[in-house]
Amino acid sequence: MRIELVKRPQHSAMFSALSPFIALALTLGAGAIMFALMGKDPLEALYYFFIDPLRETWSLHELAVKAAPLILIAVGLAVCYLSNNWNIGAEGQFIIGAILGSMLPVMFPELQSWIVLPLMLLMGILGGAAYAAIPALLKTRFNTNEILTSLMLVYVAQLFLDWIVRGPWRNPEGFNFPETRNFHSYAILPEIWPASGRAHWGFVFAILAALALWFVLSRTLKGFEVKVIGQSPRAGRFAGFSRARMVIFAFLVSGALAGLAGISEVSGAIGQLRPSISPGYGFAAIIVAFLGRLNPLGIIAAGLVLALSYLGGEAAQISIGVTDKVARSFQGMLLFFVLACDMLIHYRIRISRPVRAIGGEARAHV
Amino acid sequence: MQTTLEDPAGPLLEVRGLTKVFGTLKACEAIDLTISRGEIHALLGENGAGKSTFVKMLFGALEPTAGSILWKGRDVAITSPSEARRRGIGMVFQHFSLFDALTAAENIMLSLDDPAPASAVAARARDLSRTYGLPLDPNAHVGDLSVGERQRIEIIRCLLQNPELIILDEPTSVLTPQEADRLFETLERLRSEGRSILYISHRLEEVKRICDRATVLRHGRVVAECDPRRETAASLARMMVGDEVQPVIRDKPAAAREVLLEIRDLDRRASHPFAVPLAGINLAVHAGEILGVAGVAGNGQGEFFEAVSGEALQERPDAVRIGGKDAGRLDITGRRLMGAAFVPEERLGHAAAPFMTLSQNLLLSRHRTDARAFLARLGIIRGTIVARAAERISAAMDVRKAGDDPEAAALSGGNLQKFVIGRELDRQPRVMVVNQPTWGVDAGAAARIRQALIDLAKSGSAVLVISQDLDELFEICDAIAVMHGGRLSAPIPVAEATYEKIGLLMGGAEPGHAAAPMAEAV
Amino acid sequence: MFESVLITIATAATPLLIAAIGELVVERSGVLNLGVEGMMIMGAVTGFAVAMLTGSAWLGVFAAILVGAAFALLFGFLALTLVTNQVATGLALTLFGLGLSGMLGESFVGLPGVRLGAVDIPVLSDLPVVGRLLFGQDPLFYVSILLTAGVAYFLFSTRAGLMLRAVGDNHTSAHAQGINVIGIRYLALLFGGACAGLAGAYLSIVYTPQWVENMTAGRGWIALALVVFASWRPWRVVVGAYLFGGVTIGQLHAQALGVGIPSQLLSSLPYLATVVVLVLISRNRRLTMMNTPASLGRAFVPDR
Repeated sequence: MRIELVKRPQHSAMFSALSPFIALALTLGAGAIMFALMGKDPLEALYYFFIDPLRETWSLHELAVKAAPLILIAVGLAVCYLSNNWNIGAEGQFIIGAILGSMLPVMFPELQSWIVLPLMLLMGILGGAAYAAIPALLKTRFNTNEILTSLMLVYVAQLFLDWIVRGPWRNPEGFNFPETRNFHSYAILPEIWPASGRAHWGFVFAILAALALWFVLSRTLKGFEVKVIGQSPRAGRFAGFSRARMVIFAFLVSGALAGLAGISEVSGAIGQLRPSISPGYGFAAIIVAFLGRLNPLGIIAAGLVLALSYLGGEAAQISIGVTDKVARSFQGMLLFFVLACDMLIHYRIRISRPVRAIGGEARAHV
Repeated sequence: MQTTLEDPAGPLLEVRGLTKVFGTLKACEAIDLTISRGEIHALLGENGAGKSTFVKMLFGALEPTAGSILWKGRDVAITSPSEARRRGIGMVFQHFSLFDALTAAENIMLSLDDPAPASAVAARARDLSRTYGLPLDPNAHVGDLSVGERQRIEIIRCLLQNPELIILDEPTSVLTPQEADRLFETLERLRSEGRSILYISHRLEEVKRICDRATVLRHGRVVAECDPRRETAASLARMMVGDEVQPVIRDKPAAAREVLLEIRDLDRRASHPFAVPLAGINLAVHAGEILGVAGVAGNGQGEFFEAVSGEALQERPDAVRIGGKDAGRLDITGRRLMGAAFVPEERLGHAAAPFMTLSQNLLLSRHRTDARAFLARLGIIRGTIVARAAERISAAMDVRKAGDDPEAAALSGGNLQKFVIGRELDRQPRVMVVNQPTWGVDAGAAARIRQALIDLAKSGSAVLVISQDLDELFEICDAIAVMHGGRLSAPIPVAEATYEKIGLLMGGAEPGHAAAPMAEAV
Repeated sequence: MFESVLITIATAATPLLIAAIGELVVERSGVLNLGVEGMMIMGAVTGFAVAMLTGSAWLGVFAAILVGAAFALLFGFLALTLVTNQVATGLALTLFGLGLSGMLGESFVGLPGVRLGAVDIPVLSDLPVVGRLLFGQDPLFYVSILLTAGVAYFLFSTRAGLMLRAVGDNHTSAHAQGINVIGIRYLALLFGGACAGLAGAYLSIVYTPQWVENMTAGRGWIALALVVFASWRPWRVVVGAYLFGGVTIGQLHAQALGVGIPSQLLSSLPYLATVVVLVLISRNRRLTMMNTPASLGRAFVPDR
């Protein structure tokens, strides 16, 4: 038996829509097997993982808290990946955005005014964009592989954050804990409905960013430019679009959004800087971007799914005693299945036996 | 009815009912063909008739959907190229299957089934190259070689297997007429040794000259079998294309008027390791004129097109002048805004984005020139207007497509080429630059495209056509210049041009009369 | 002192060298597997766990090799058989490996591991200066050098190596020549995965015999950068790996000596060095283009 791919003459609209769902279903199936191997009741485990966190209002708020950075980062990454720029350093841009955005409340805590928060957000955006500009400029200027440089800068950013919260920015009244002073009230990103839970304005930013980028990508010449350059760079050059400018554009957009996510997380969810401010949002957002099929509206849904996997990991740890690291295995598996299912969009699978005697063989088509 | 023993008197190869289906497309349908020992058998057919698919099945590179292959009277299944070679079938590919990063000897070693040491392979290759008059340096990197040299490697690689049947796929399409002559001598020598040759071509004159029999394919079926020497070129052409093709009508060239496209001392350094540098190119195309640029592939035509179109900028503003104004420092968009239009060689991936729809591909080259019609404020695309324009172009050029607005990759080569040419003609450009306008296009579409270019020139535009197809250039051009090694000869008016003269220039002979300002005389 | 510094440089360089040599073969065949980090961390956790549970360091090493290869097989199934995007699939492999290793390794955190000790060739290892450096290292150090020599010989002096390079140069032509493109790429991937697994085991069995989550700390990515740095030539990988080993050990010594620069900033030096080296090597576009396997990262679907 042999698995063959037969290219479809046109991409399949049906499988474009279905593939993320097939991938989710396969991930759940694989997850059930994984739980069974760990000696847990698969159905119970999946229930605690994916249903239980959705049953209470406060935990829906938590879902929004976790989804906000994922969506913000992922819509930016979608612009990168659609234009064939492989920014995988969003985690670093998130951290630098958070650090730069935290400068005001940490270094100038006496500055207490409504202007602080907008300035923090702006500086977060600038910080993320500037950090993303490094791999972009190296790529356009020196032809350097952006995958490796953007990733290396993640480690640099993490170490820098570790240093700054243990060293110069450590809270003078903090009993030597490695963390900055708590942000004052003007530096806190407000909650949306404080009465019912913790969800902050970061989630609103995420939805707005997704809607705006959806419009740009699907309706405007700029979006067309992004896709042409990504799909066939030579046709893009023939159209008169500049590849180098697109590299800069894509990295700046995604860096800015990652930076906004970073400062929103610190100012909305944490309230101070710590040595670790992200449970890998920058990397999980890569999965979100692909699960959402690089479409900003899809990314909103995908961001919620991934956020659920974080919450589910915590819930399952408490209720059935599996490690919360299960969540990250789930996320990795999910990306595998998403990529595998996307193949169905461009190819049909044909399973055939090796043919010796030639004739009209029956072949199974999928 | 099957003979189980090898029959030395019987035909070498007999093919019965060979069929290949890709999805819904029947590329080959019930093809019968017989090749005797010691004959050169032509497989004739225009682009898309199914010739390449057919020989790939013979060579084991494609798996037939139905039908049988009898080799020396025995029913065989050829499941891989190495099996084909083992049985004594060798092939010289049209788009060479060579490895640029490897040396000639390494390339040859790869196709040998017995693992011989490199030195022995090189020695045998040298012997063969002497015997058949095919000069070759075994240690040269293939990436650095010319097209003709690459073909020699292919042929020697094939001969090292000592094949009884040699398949040649469009071997002369990349050669100068003189190089082709030398190839024919080699082929006749092989025939005299008792080997058979399956010779694939759509060039009728050479088939009449060297082939003993011919099988003609059209739309994947055998439509005729004949002795080409008893046919005329016209009768062969009719078998090949049916009655679908209108002859191209060309009036007398208009009197030369203003220069609309001018190239002055254009130089260009090689932009990557395998690129051809351009040096000292001068050229003027007048209103109402079609100027042809002939040349063997890989002599700088692609680099020249990029320089003229503005995909690559020049250092001097006056190196390229459009409509009497300097354009050398302007990018392709700037040059389009001056009234120029461009059609590159590669349809999929250069002229068109394969997985985008026709209307998106219309936007590709016209988003600036037609911004007022196609775009609203904030760069919002007016989808219905663009789609209507795409439909208009499809209708004007008779583009046959499935569905309203299919992806470019879903169109056949000829139909997509009609669309990308129509996309530019729709603007009525004053200057049109086309690279390989009918490469790989069926005869009906080719005639339509050539007529459209002639009509455009007649309406007063300047047209520059870069092509490897000499017949095409002689058919539509007022004058022909030849590109060789990144240099361009002076244009020769078609009235004075002969195949031999152009062929010599294509082979790099010194342009004897290059000094005379021929183009102005047209 | 000098001798022991050189030996520690070798221990820092060896895992990079092993992982990069494996990836070099993979990329020479035209496949870009960005999952080195994921395969390496899986090798590290498996190697540690098996060594600890069985008490045999060598069993740990072999288990790590198998797991690395199995992960490569997973990549191959997606990227070669299902023709998924190689960059994205490699990222998926890394993310999955990091997640799964964290999950599997949780119960091993903080436990003492089994160390694979240095060999001690009598007499020779007592030679002055070079004795321990050449004849008293851990066994995997010798494996790394043999691997490099073997890969160099294989690629440039054997027919199979020629076929592998041909596939990486032009898969369409290779297919037309009857070379099994997908098969060769699978084998290359398996070799690369085995090497990455071995490199991971080196970290958790030789370098620091313990399990720490994310203990590869980007070494898989640095190995990828080394392949570019080496312009796909085996012996140049050795140069690159020892250069990075030198930077790593150098900054550790600087930390120990307390040179007044914060340790975190010193720790970021290997990563910054990677960026700098990539810039230096890739700014020569001509050189990069000449050396990069022409089919690298491109999807291949045989038309049959």
